[in-house]
Amino acid sequence: MNDFRVTKPKFFATTKKGENYELRADLNSEYRDRRKDAIKKVIANMTVGKDVSGLFPDVLKNMQTEDLEQKKLVYLYLMNYAKTQPELVILAVNTFVKDTDDINPLIRALAIRTMGCIRVEKIIDYLCEPLRKCLKDDNPYVRKTAAICVAKLYDLNPELATENGFVAVLQEMVSDSNPMVVANAVTALAEINEASITKDIFVINTSTLTKLLVALNECTEWGRIAILTALADYRPSDSKEAEHIVERVIPQFQHVNGSVVLSAIKVVMIYMRTIKTDEMLSQLVRKMAPPLVTLLASAPEVQYVALRNINLILQKRSDILQNEIRVFFCKYNDPPYVKLEKLEIMIKLANDRNVDQLLSELKEYASEVDVDFVRKSVRAIGQCAVKIDEAAERCINVLLDLINTKVNYVVQEAIIVIKDIFRKYPNNYEGIIPTLCQNLEVLDEPEAKASLIWIIGEYAERIENADELLATFLDTFRDENSQVQLQLVTATVKLFLKKPQTTQNIVWRLLQIATSECDNPDIRDRAYVYWRLLSTDPQAAKAVVLSGRPVISVQGNTLSGPLLEELINNISTLASVYHKPPETFLGRGRFGADAVQRRAIEEQEEASRESPIQAQVKTNIENLLDLDFNDNSTPTSNTPPSSSKSTDATANVDDLLDLFGGSNINNDLSTPPQSSSSNNHQNNGLTNDLVSLF
Amino acid sequence: MISAFFIYNQKGEVLISRLYRQDLKRSVADIFRIQVISNTDVRSPIITLGSTSFFHVRHDNLYIVAVTKCNANAALVFEFCYRLVNIGKAYFGKFDEEAVKNNFVLIYELLDEVLDFGYPQNSETETLKMYITTESVKSQRAVKEDSSKITIQATGATSWRRSDIKYRKNEAFIDVIESVNLLMSTKGTTLRADVSGQIMMRAYLSGTPECKFGLNDKLLLEKDTSHRGLSQKRTNAVEIDDCQFHQCVKLGKFDSDRTISFVPPDGEFELMRYRTTENVNLPFRVHPVVNEIGKSRVEYRVTVKANFSPKLIANNVVIRIPTPLNTANINIHVDAGKARYVPAENSIVWKLSRFQGQSEETLSGEAELSSMTVKKAWSRPPISMDFQVLMFTSSGLMVRFLKVFEKSNYTSVKWVRYMTKAGSYQIRF
Repeated sequence: MNDFRVTKPKFFATTKKGENYELRADLNSEYRDRRKDAIKKVIANMTVGKDVSGLFPDVLKNMQTEDLEQKKLVYLYLMNYAKTQPELVILAVNTFVKDTDDINPLIRALAIRTMGCIRVEKIIDYLCEPLRKCLKDDNPYVRKTAAICVAKLYDLNPELATENGFVAVLQEMVSDSNPMVVANAVTALAEINEASITKDIFVINTSTLTKLLVALNECTEWGRIAILTALADYRPSDSKEAEHIVERVIPQFQHVNGSVVLSAIKVVMIYMRTIKTDEMLSQLVRKMAPPLVTLLASAPEVQYVALRNINLILQKRSDILQNEIRVFFCKYNDPPYVKLEKLEIMIKLANDRNVDQLLSELKEYASEVDVDFVRKSVRAIGQCAVKIDEAAERCINVLLDLINTKVNYVVQEAIIVIKDIFRKYPNNYEGIIPTLCQNLEVLDEPEAKASLIWIIGEYAERIENADELLATFLDTFRDENSQVQLQLVTATVKLFLKKPQTTQNIVWRLLQIATSECDNPDIRDRAYVYWRLLSTDPQAAKAVVLSGRPVISVQGNTLSGPLLEELINNISTLASVYHKPPETFLGRGRFGADAVQRRAIEEQEEASRESPIQAQVKTNIENLLDLDFNDNSTPTSNTPPSSSKSTDATANVDDLLDLFGGSNINNDLSTPPQSSSSNNHQNNGLTNDLVSLF
Repeated sequence: MISAFFIYNQKGEVLISRLYRQDLKRSVADIFRIQVISNTDVRSPIITLGSTSFFHVRHDNLYIVAVTKCNANAALVFEFCYRLVNIGKAYFGKFDEEAVKNNFVLIYELLDEVLDFGYPQNSETETLKMYITTESVKSQRAVKEDSSKITIQATGATSWRRSDIKYRKNEAFIDVIESVNLLMSTKGTTLRADVSGQIMMRAYLSGTPECKFGLNDKLLLEKDTSHRGLSQKRTNAVEIDDCQFHQCVKLGKFDSDRTISFVPPDGEFELMRYRTTENVNLPFRVHPVVNEIGKSRVEYRVTVKANFSPKLIANNVVIRIPTPLNTANINIHVDAGKARYVPAENSIVWKLSRFQGQSEETLSGEAELSSMTVKKAWSRPPISMDFQVLMFTSSGLMVRFLKVFEKSNYTSVKWVRYMTKAGSYQIRF
């Protein structure tokens, strides 16, 4: 009987007490090794995501130890769980304070580093004294750690950090004799400055400038980046000063670390605005090219960042990589995101001298497997034609070769770009129209269909069977995409105006279907407008419908002036990768200025227009994501139903915008149209910021 | 800066998680798993959701992920991820799931040291090994140095070198390793040919030696000759497009007069990297003739010629010749080496362990194709090549001198080796 009683509860107890129970016993073991192993196990559980906060007091007991490895483990645990047990953290304070007085500088630094990471109000009061001591420590290793700790403290309690004079000490530390201390002081000051309201915490003057330039050559690669970033924010007083600083920065182009090189390039690009001597400017352009090319030999992710930045730099200084187009040729095994970026840059570098080489390269890409890449390559051929007049005919020939491959998506993309070429060079290449028309049946994408229909309408008088071709669409008109429908209406009217005798019947039937059977108000309205125009004054109709169109150029890939300047200020950062100003994708948008909201609305619109369903799905994900992060967000946004509600809300915004003419808003803003698929994610992030406003 | 750092295995299990800032919770780890690891169509190494950005790098069977909530320096974050991989390799030999699992305590210790509040700190392996030790590293380093000395040195201007190094025999080994990259068009013209070189040094030198290093750098030599007023031309000089140096090299000095001077770290390190595009000597020429006969057969005749001196020999030559996806059977004939069809790679792999300079080898064969219902054109990926040629540099680069100056004025022995290997050596057909 007794046995039964013992075994039965035990069966339940294993699940209830579980591993933590055993760990607790081990943590309190009398054997040192056993305790240490138990701590390791606790950390392992923490990593996997198991909740081991219940063991707090038991782990804490092991804090006072000679074993540095064990101490570090306990500290790691403390940093993770201090918030859950604020009362108990006080027990650790004594050990911390004692450690900051240890003879071993590694322990002093460790203690001050960890204390800064424990974000419990009560501990802050105990942090100030040790921090003051460590900032003045003899050992540079301790000082550099303490410098960062000031930034940690400021993040937690700005008043305290300022009142205690820590920020002032940090400002003095920029003149420290040790380069690494200087670098960390700069890093901490930059962070504090960013977070401060007044933004006057970190101002570089002539004497700090000299110190920074000296430290630049001596500190670690990461320190160099911190200093270069600080230099980039400094505005030199005149051309001479700018030249002087740039000369000190240029040697960094030879650094192995690609991010140091990019940071140096950023400084040079910014200072070039101030430099007035032409000789210096051309020298800088010459010196910048080789390191930029070298960045293409780094890891693919770094390459990607470099390519996005080269794209920006080329928009500002198009002469920089004039003869280097070959280095941007894609390798077969480059990751897709690198290939797409290289493609964009190749178009930017295309000129009449290298276009032949580029075309044969693009043709090669068009036979690859990745559909997205193939399409962009075909599109690039079209952009070459629009950009370089002399090459248009050669581009057309390449496109015709591609159409003959009969690969469906290649054909469709080729037809879309040929439409652009016709826009740019009207009445030049009609000879190829029959070839295009042969492919009418295989087209199943709205954009390709619409493009071919536009071509048929535009050259109706020269296509013998234009009426037959258009007539084939009459029966299926209602099932077509609205883009195709609009183009059909216009093309048919053009056809009628050019060949009035034979096509009266078609145009009448089409307008009738469009006005009576079509649900889409845009199409109905356009059909009505044409109908009335044709019935009242055919001459006026001719003047309106067949008028000359404005010339097109390579669009979509260039940024507006002010935005470009802002992005150059942000070279190497996320903003430069996305080609968007930082405030558009950072969390502050939740309470952000009007401009941000309006940008978000615009992005949202664009995203939902591109793929409505996908955008909505993403929105939901975003909502969940931010719900998860913001533990102090308002209770309403924490309720689960809000995610579904807010999607409705955004949809409403969309409608409202349509009503009031979203295009007005678009005109106000400098944000360019989306150019690469990688931006989509971030796009949807904005959506989220918008959503959270509701 | 970096708010959190994670390492995942391929399944998406978190192996290491370290939060540096309080602006996000550990649960972001799950978001990354859902959005990237279990997503088959990931098209960017950076993903921003809400205001949280995930930067990821893949190494072996690991995902190394940094998370930020600000307009972070993207290049820095990626460079840092790769640095961490290199630190891992230096400590554990290789950096994969097994190594991470077995050493997770040490990795946490390292992460605490190399990142503070999300800002990268000292990440030089040699320096880290001085004060972050495991059993294996400890045993290598018999002397345990005084920690205050370590810390002063770790933050100092020559953080990469201890001051009290002594060797009975002072030696320095230099390896010039070149990777030659080629992209040949279908017509046999060279679209791209360049060399990325690496100069590795193993320095076993006592004290604090000042080294000066000289190459047959065209710019430097031209400057020298004009300086001395000499008119003789040096034809064997090499034009270096660009180079990068280990942080021990004084960059300011290189920028002003192109001399390479430095105090080397102890042991092995990469002294410099360089890039050349002019006058690249391609070690191999490939002439492929590939004909698709109807829909059922492809004929191959691939000739490879070694373009270097007959005194030299290339090793480990591998030529990969792609075959159509619907290949059913293949007959190959080669006179030298071994060639076989590898269905998993969709290619014929031809291996030659030795390839004499100036010699020529040919592969001929035929692939039979199974019939397919959907006719999709074969995309013809390029032929790629792998090889190593000792005592040969594609760029023509030579080491002219390495001078070592030290207080005690000891003599030192220097050794130089050259090797050229294939980088991305691709031939379209």
